[in-house]
Amino acid sequence: MKLTITHGDKYLCAAIGGDIDHHTASEIRIRLDGEIERSMPSMLILELSGVEFCDSSGIGLILGRQRLMESLGGGLAVKNPSPPVRKLLMLAGLTRLIINDDRKGAK
Amino acid sequence: MSKKQYNNSFKLKIPALSRNESFARSAVAAFAAQLDPTVEELSDLRSAVSEAVTNCIVHAYADTIGEIEITARLYDGGIYIKVRDKGCGIEDIKQAMTPLFTTSQYGESAGLGFSVMESFTDRLKVSSTPGRGTTVIMEKKLGKK
Repeated sequence: MKLTITHGDKYLCAAIGGDIDHHTASEIRIRLDGEIERSMPSMLILELSGVEFCDSSGIGLILGRQRLMESLGGGLAVKNPSPPVRKLLMLAGLTRLIINDDRKGAK
Repeated sequence: MSKKQYNNSFKLKIPALSRNESFARSAVAAFAAQLDPTVEELSDLRSAVSEAVTNCIVHAYADTIGEIEITARLYDGGIYIKVRDKGCGIEDIKQAMTPLFTTSQYGESAGLGFSVMESFTDRLKVSSTPGRGTTVIMEKKLGKK
């Protein structure tokens, strides 16, 4: 699992690569939450093009961060989800979180 | 369902450690590769196995590190997978399998584990005895053009 965090004007972008499962999700959660609490962004962008594997723990991770961001008055968006992530987002009914999606409306 | 002729199999016993989730799904996927599955089929299989194994670690053996037994069998055109634990068992299987249902107290579980297993395989059967353990059986067609 790789996690690269970049700061922008009021937003935080976290690029996650590799596998997101129950084991790696807890490490990602700890690092992300620490960064969110430090910088208090109004938007958290999860860049997920490099995710090679994702199961429902990844969906739990996204929903948990969405709740955290909303509790801080902000929001969360998913950018460039890889095919496994996209499939999970569709199953969970969460494709609305995807921004700048060329494939919006695609099945 | 007609009786299947299994032509290859393996059995794996691993302790319920979260770092074994990746190993378990990779082992099953590597075994299934013999059937020349598509990338999407293998990805789905990995996800389904990961969910079953994670359930053992998070729920069945929440307070202990018990043993997870994974059996995989290949037949012409598909794979049979059994994931068995001797953990706490499930009181109400129907409720546990309801999408979005979760017993997680910390809000980090999506409650989609069984939904993924059901959606990403062709057959899912869950049997459980409270206090004795749970057995999850999945079948997935692979490599059929």
